[in-house]
Amino acid sequence: MKLPSLILATAASLLMAGTAMATDIKIGVLNDRSGVYADLSGEGSVIAARMAVEDFDAATKGIKVEIVSADHQNKPDIASTIAREWYDQDGVDMIADVPTSSAAFAVNDVTRDKNKIFMDSGAGSADLTGSKCSPNTVHWTYDTWALAHGTGSAMVQEGFKKWFFITADYAFGQALEKDTSAVVTAAGGEVVGAVRHPFPGTDFSSYLLQAQASGAQVIGLANAGGDTVNTIKQAAEFGITQAGQSLAGLLIFITDVHALGLETAQGLVLTEAFYWDLNDDTRAWSKRFAEQNGGNMPTMVHAGVYASVMHYLKAVEATGGKETAALMDWMKANPSQDPLFGEGTIRADGRHVHDMYLFKVKSPAESKGPWDYYNLMATIPAEDAFRPLAEGGCDLVK
Amino acid sequence: MTTQSETGLVESAAVAPTVGTPRHHIIIFFTLLVLLLLAPFVLYPVFVMKVLCFALFASALNLLLGFGGLLSFGHAAFFGSASYVAAHAAKVWGLNPEIAILLGVGAAALLGLGIGALAIRRQGIYFAMVTLAFAQMVYFIAVQAPFTGGEDGIQAVPRGRLFGLIDLTSDLTLYFVVLAIVVAALLGIYRIIHSPFGQVLKAIRDNEPRSISLGYKVDRYKLAVFVMSATLAGLAGATKAIVFQLSSLTDVYWSMSGEVVLMTLLGGMGTVFGPLVGAAAIVTMENYLAGFGAWVTVIQGVIFVASVMLFREGIVGVLAKWLKKPL
Amino acid sequence: MFELLGIPPQALFGQLLLGLINGSFYALLSLGLAVIFGLLNIINFSHGAQYMMGAFVAWMLMTYAGINYWWALLIVPIVVGATGVVIERVMIARLYHLDHLYGLLLTFGLALIIQGLFRNQYGVSGLPYSIPTELSGGTNLGFMFLPNYRAWVVVASAVVCFGTWFAIEKTKLGAYLRAATENPTLVGAFGINVPRMITLTYGFGVALAALAGVLAAPIYSVNPNMGADLIIVVFAVVVIGGMGSILGAILTGFGLGIVEGLTRVFYPEASSVVIFVIMALVLLVKPAGLFGRTA
Repeated sequence: MKLPSLILATAASLLMAGTAMATDIKIGVLNDRSGVYADLSGEGSVIAARMAVEDFDAATKGIKVEIVSADHQNKPDIASTIAREWYDQDGVDMIADVPTSSAAFAVNDVTRDKNKIFMDSGAGSADLTGSKCSPNTVHWTYDTWALAHGTGSAMVQEGFKKWFFITADYAFGQALEKDTSAVVTAAGGEVVGAVRHPFPGTDFSSYLLQAQASGAQVIGLANAGGDTVNTIKQAAEFGITQAGQSLAGLLIFITDVHALGLETAQGLVLTEAFYWDLNDDTRAWSKRFAEQNGGNMPTMVHAGVYASVMHYLKAVEATGGKETAALMDWMKANPSQDPLFGEGTIRADGRHVHDMYLFKVKSPAESKGPWDYYNLMATIPAEDAFRPLAEGGCDLVK
Repeated sequence: MTTQSETGLVESAAVAPTVGTPRHHIIIFFTLLVLLLLAPFVLYPVFVMKVLCFALFASALNLLLGFGGLLSFGHAAFFGSASYVAAHAAKVWGLNPEIAILLGVGAAALLGLGIGALAIRRQGIYFAMVTLAFAQMVYFIAVQAPFTGGEDGIQAVPRGRLFGLIDLTSDLTLYFVVLAIVVAALLGIYRIIHSPFGQVLKAIRDNEPRSISLGYKVDRYKLAVFVMSATLAGLAGATKAIVFQLSSLTDVYWSMSGEVVLMTLLGGMGTVFGPLVGAAAIVTMENYLAGFGAWVTVIQGVIFVASVMLFREGIVGVLAKWLKKPL
Repeated sequence: MFELLGIPPQALFGQLLLGLINGSFYALLSLGLAVIFGLLNIINFSHGAQYMMGAFVAWMLMTYAGINYWWALLIVPIVVGATGVVIERVMIARLYHLDHLYGLLLTFGLALIIQGLFRNQYGVSGLPYSIPTELSGGTNLGFMFLPNYRAWVVVASAVVCFGTWFAIEKTKLGAYLRAATENPTLVGAFGINVPRMITLTYGFGVALAALAGVLAAPIYSVNPNMGADLIIVVFAVVVIGGMGSILGAILTGFGLGIVEGLTRVFYPEASSVVIFVIMALVLLVKPAGLFGRTA
């Protein structure tokens, strides 16, 4: 069943040999299209990648771009199988997005083996540019370190010093808890307790009650997706916030706030890399995006896919080919510039560095309509937003 | 609740047993072997290796379900734990792939002995539930134990050198090693099914009280086939860990147990070739439907409903009926 | 003040109560599963998907038709139960003469289809559904703050469970039903339409799942995956109670909610596995389950 496409590909490459000017690029958007992260990545990331190709005007620059997509179901084995097949069989040059850290690690390994390029937007683990860093990987949008520092230090500065964590009992949740605890104690705060729940869970009232009994001022939610939504929903129900405790979401996306509704989510403090209503550029882009995405505004993951594909295409144009090392060198040597993240740079460890933002969720009265959800509390400048290069333990940093 | 249906499980697929190796089986085996030898030059070798691993896994389950009449809903425990042990042995201890696989298989056999000894004391749906319960405990250990790496699993497992000599990094070389393992195991299963031991198993499956009255120690036979099935499932899991260079929670999760039951059913349980066809069909579906995104589960669901409503004997079972020959 | 295993007694009472609340969902769901298994010999693997449908239909009624929670409690079980009736007539009815396994496989496939369709239509982030104003707020019990809605869930679930048990075990209709599963031909000879009774029973079991879904909508995230993992836990509850035992399913549901609640305090990581440990132990000691009728 692969034979016809093989012949076609051979024929195409023979044809291409005649016109060596044009560059053919194949980008694979690999993400969750059916599970908990399908709304914050999923089809929206494919739309974002397509928009980047259009906005870059690739066709007139002699670059022919094809975008393929697949569902990794948040499983590392499926992610690794698809990535391998894309590189080996289908001639994919670059894989974008890949939420879920375990899946991202798998793609990270395969990409290094096959010497291709991986531009991650959706995954959170800071290890992607730390102990597991690779010369073939760029981590664009956010990581656990950035989220923990953004939210953790801001809360402590506002006087919320005693913390209790409700943590999803998996490596990612534990990393989030560990990073935030470090920030909180470094800033003079105190961690009074933590509880680890099986992932995924549905009822969090028991943990909320334990958090309440601990006397903490802040309950840090080191979980994600549906777990976070359920925790916040039930915290409102059990009167946790009315009783004076604050919730700090360590990994919350705008789609989660949308699912919760402002009535429940109001007052939540969170860190994101992007919000559609930041400035004229983001508003204009997001409006175009929403038209194609059933009226739903982009998440920071979508924005990251757009910006990373854009930067990659610029590298293809500048180097005039798709030789991996040359592309990676160019991308790291030249600052990125796009309407969503403004100016940014890619460090030696593959970390893309840009401003991060601390938001507070609006009350229903403040909001002017759907998707008008955040008040900007602070902008965390790029140089403070991410883990210092030397502390990551990445081999590429000498 | 009635228990009469336990034997009805296979009545649809069962065809009169034959003694000796029927000629058409030899022909099919031979054709399959030739096709598989040519396959990596036409198809993507990693994909075919995946099919082979799952074909072995499904055949292992079929040995228990189709010929022993015992439905295990926890076979992922053996598949997954072998995969973890093999991955750990190859990556952390730096052992050769064949030794890593053997260690994985050994772990699955031991686990099979433990779980089997307890589970065979129950029958029918209760047997299925006990195996499921134990599999959930194995899953819990996989989540909690430090060496399994939680949800990240054990990644970047080196394929290594077979016997310290043959480099397995090339997909093609590895393919023929995997093919040799799987073919040998499948021949082993075929041998078991058609041995006197296999005949006793079928007798127990069809009528347990009668087998007891004939003087067979039914429990020993059941335990033996359970351990064999667990061991072979472990072989599939350990091989998969080396092929994909990773082992993860997916391998021990209950949906994996469900999936392998579905492969066996779709292909036709109680048939020799059914599990191979079922595994190939489902793995292909998962691979080539991946582009359909969220529709994949709907399509899978429709196929399962259709196979229950329209061809209950499974693909191979229907073929066998049509050809009037056991396959 | 004394402490029990390092937990102050007030906190412990709170946790016990929470366990009971969660148990009421288990009871309601396992009741539906037990009714279907006990009377139809079908393992309804789509139970979780039908629970999810219950929550979604409640949300749709609210969003598209402005129908409130109280009407939803009545309408949703009927609507979702009706889909169950169709499924039984068209598909399940053809499988009764076969092994349980085929029913399980069919309903597993149906669950995949239902979940997939909802996922395509509504995404997975979940949809908001608020607690009805009559039940918002809560009562301070001294040892904990008990939301009124949770109290309502326990009461509603206990009433429905008891009503169902009474109808099946103590009324004439229930007697027919039980007789029909033992000997359909004989019961049919008395002029009772057995197939229709069986169909309605399946519809009723599904309606119970949908009712649980409506009860869950205001407190859990309404999303297509909400029932996916729940099904095997509920399944375990039914097995522990003794497959087919109505009372067993109810009591075990409440009991395991409490056990799980306590695990969440002492060893939260294990709270999802504790039910399976209990299941393995029970089956090894008492093969037919705690309340099973046949050994």
